Amino acid sequence: MSMTIASPVLDSKTPDGPVADKWDNFKANEKLVNPANKRKFKIIVVGTGLAGASAAATLAELGYQVDAFTFHDSPRRAHSIAAQGGINAAKNYRGDGDSVNRLFYDTIKGGDFRSRESNVHRLAQVSVNIIDQMVAQGVPFAREYGGMLDNRSFGGAQVSRTFYARGQTGQQLLLGAYQQLARQIGLGNVRLFNRTELVDVVTVDGRCAGIVTRDLMNGEVTSHAAHAVVLATGGYGNAFFLSTNAMACNVTAAWRAHRRGAFFANPCYTQIHPTCIPQSDDFQSKLTLMSESLRNDGRVWVPKMAGDTRAPADIPEDERDYYLERLYPSFGNLAPRDISSRAAKRAVDNGQGVGPKQNGVYLDFADAIGRLGADVVRERYGNLFDMYERITGENPYEVPMRIYPASHYTMGGLWVDYELMTTIPGLYAAGEANFSDHGANRLGASALMQGLSDGYFVLPYTISNYLAQWLNKSIPDTSHPEFAKVEAEARDRYHRLASSDGTRGPDWFHRELGKIIWDYCGMERTEAGLDKALSEIPALYEEFRRDLKVTGGEFGLNQTLEKAARTEDFFELGMTMCRDALERRESCGGHFRAEYQTEEGEALRDDENFAHVSAWEYTGDATQPTLHIEPLVYEEVSFQTRSYK
Amino acid sequence: MSTTLKNLTLKIWRQDGPNGAGRFDTHVIDEITDEASFLEMLDILNEQLIENGDEAVVFDHDCREGICGTCSLMINGQAHGPERATATCQLHMRKFSSGDTIVIEPWRASAFPIVKDLMVDRSAFDRIIESGGFITAATGGAPDANLIPVPKPVADAAMDAAQCIGCGACVAACPNGAANLFTSAKISHLNLLPQGQAERYQRVENMVETMDEYFGSCTNHGECEAACPKEISIDMIALMNSDYRKAKVKNRKALSRT
Ligand SMILES: Cc1cc2nc3c(=O)[nH]c(=O)nc-3n(C[C@H](O)[C@H](O)[C@H](O)COP(=O)(O)OP(=O)(O)OC[C@H]3O[C@@H](n4cnc5c(N)ncnc54)[C@H](O)[C@@H]3O)c2cc1C
Ligand code: SF4
Ligand code: FES
Repeated sequence: MSMTIASPVLDSKTPDGPVADKWDNFKANEKLVNPANKRKFKIIVVGTGLAGASAAATLAELGYQVDAFTFHDSPRRAHSIAAQGGINAAKNYRGDGDSVNRLFYDTIKGGDFRSRESNVHRLAQVSVNIIDQMVAQGVPFAREYGGMLDNRSFGGAQVSRTFYARGQTGQQLLLGAYQQLARQIGLGNVRLFNRTELVDVVTVDGRCAGIVTRDLMNGEVTSHAAHAVVLATGGYGNAFFLSTNAMACNVTAAWRAHRRGAFFANPCYTQIHPTCIPQSDDFQSKLTLMSESLRNDGRVWVPKMAGDTRAPADIPEDERDYYLERLYPSFGNLAPRDISSRAAKRAVDNGQGVGPKQNGVYLDFADAIGRLGADVVRERYGNLFDMYERITGENPYEVPMRIYPASHYTMGGLWVDYELMTTIPGLYAAGEANFSDHGANRLGASALMQGLSDGYFVLPYTISNYLAQWLNKSIPDTSHPEFAKVEAEARDRYHRLASSDGTRGPDWFHRELGKIIWDYCGMERTEAGLDKALSEIPALYEEFRRDLKVTGGEFGLNQTLEKAARTEDFFELGMTMCRDALERRESCGGHFRAEYQTEEGEALRDDENFAHVSAWEYTGDATQPTLHIEPLVYEEVSFQTRSYK
Repeated sequence: MSTTLKNLTLKIWRQDGPNGAGRFDTHVIDEITDEASFLEMLDILNEQLIENGDEAVVFDHDCREGICGTCSLMINGQAHGPERATATCQLHMRKFSSGDTIVIEPWRASAFPIVKDLMVDRSAFDRIIESGGFITAATGGAPDANLIPVPKPVADAAMDAAQCIGCGACVAACPNGAANLFTSAKISHLNLLPQGQAERYQRVENMVETMDEYFGSCTNHGECEAACPKEISIDMIALMNSDYRKAKVKNRKALSRT
């Protein structure tokens, strides 16, 4: 199959000019809506994580009427709250050679040359405004004694550009954005619909006309019309069932939009984080991330001998393999995520895994404790060590931590143009829900940056460029028959699911589905494995349709029913993920195809045939979507082999 | 190494809706490894209930990392259970023994109506934040972040307060159902920082008065601090009270001179 023809449907709308001027050129030429007219426009924002809360608050401050939706009880609970490490910005407060250009280049390289240059440059440009905005709002970032902001360094960069608030940066940023949103709610500028789930998107005459939601408290299905809709509904890392994502993260909003015509880009680009606590049992529901910052002082190793069951202290130094230091001497234990994860997998696959299930590698602090003393180590990582001990019952001051990679973040998502609009006019996607800035691999501390950039500094500018044409024109309201039709479909679907009377609950199916996706579309992918997944997932889906059991009824609060619907969407997503992974016959970033590797086992890109975004159009059969291609044209940077040796 | 707990008796509160009559259901867990988290035990129970055709127990949870503040269980009469400074989702079965009876209930407070089973409605917390728990700084006009130096001890103290996860354990533990710890944590976070000074007295007045509309009043029992998974200090309440008193006499026209 030759597929390198650009799809005419995918116009990235990248503005003219050199990459450094594009954003200014866009702002100089975009259509605006004057302040008095803004209140004539209704915007729906779905999701109140970093991307959604910042967008909803800012759009309301500008004067638009905003309706915000979340399935959580409060905007403050969104998954963004769990981010630990920090947020990048090209402030160059250290004077260590950072600049917008360097952050731009690091992000492109980190993404293995699979992201859109113009978007990434804009991200680096506005990164500096994010820190200003969050400080003005009272986010208590770490400070030095002189009162200035502190920074730390993170994987994949040689400068210190990461701002942080202890190990709770995501929490503090989300609370900042939530408080700004709360102010707008209090002022009556935003109407908040909490515990309300988007269950479908409505299009009329090719434009997004609104959404259909389900009230989780009583099962009521309702329509909402708007001039524009923003999906800021997060990533789909829970497709693997086990992941570091919060339990409720799911793909439903993006997937329902996809089924209505929004293309889904690069679904196979998923990030597996190297430092998570290994699975301890089959019933486990969630994996816990141990911050990447631990790799600043911890040393990763496994026994040289396969099947070695001695206690770590009994394994002498020369019988240990500090494999990251051996393979990547210049980055060592700080090698980027995709590379570290694969190295851990190879060790465990070789039989060198450690722990009761031999499914982990050691992250050892003995040297750091010897060199710095336990007190310094406690000061740096105390809360992480405590968390590890609470979960595993082992004391990492005495025995090395055990870690293993786990699903963490998804670079793929809804395809969007430069203005963050999907292929459905009037429907936007922001934050982890879109595919925009991270290419095939995301650098640490860059997701928070992207979410806030989209919500604070991009969407509020780009959305008026679309809205302006609708001024004083009527748009369909919820009495339009299309709303009634979509509502009826949603009711039927929940009715069907609620009446499922097989033998197994949704979690059982989700777990089995996750295993297939993990085995064949996880850290290492092969043609044979993906073919297998593409027959096993539909078969399991058939079983799901036949054998699912849901108790608790269609109306009233029913968490089992919610899960059943979300699991059903993961099935279709899983199929398209595997199709995407199969068709991308190269290795890049988080997508590692075993057939395409260098002699040393590193990812082997094929820039000639695959320097493009794969955007999939729904056809009714998720294993056979139609592929559209957006070629990636690099004007500023040139392709290089990513090396961290 | 892991061990297996045997024969646990769970007494779980079930209630159909806000106005339904509640009851305790009893379930026996024959065995479970002590590596399981408390909520994983409930997950397993729920899978069994569904397979047997019964309704799953409704409980709130999300991050399972002790940070989102969603989980909220009274375990043997203690908010978030027996482990100090630990949210329900971070509690593991190794804190229990074979043969134990474990009573599981929702937060009980008049400001937190029960939604169903173990889930309560904590939106009164959002109303408090909406009334003043912010710094007004519309997007776009912020000065360079380093223009406002914040001394490290101040930043650290603000961060200690800002760690609150909004779980409501403090309210559930309080005999009066007061929300003073939660409210004072947010007020202290913002009122300690230089950026928060402009709205300092307005903020404390609005937030305290909104709090009083929904919650009981504080009589210094200190149960809140003991139950708090983030170890928010009761000193925050003193700070709030002192700012509130000042707000009542302060001539705000002279604010910039203090
Ligand atoms: C453990 C962990 C640590 C991390 N640490 C870092 C870090 O240090 N630095 C960094 O940069 N990134 C980090 N990340 C990644 C980062 O946290 C996320 O990518 C980012 O927060 C996503 O933000 P978001 O606003 O796009 O989505 P989310 O925060 O996931 O918000 C999604 C919102 O959408 C709502 N929603 C979803 N679907 C629906 C629907 N159908 N109907 C109604 N509402 C819906 C939810 O209620 C929620 O409000 C980390 C991630 C994890 C898992
Ligand atoms: S003060 Fe403590 S107990 Fe109260 S809501 Fe905050 S974190 Fe929970
Ligand atoms: S589930 Fe998030 S704090 Fe417990």
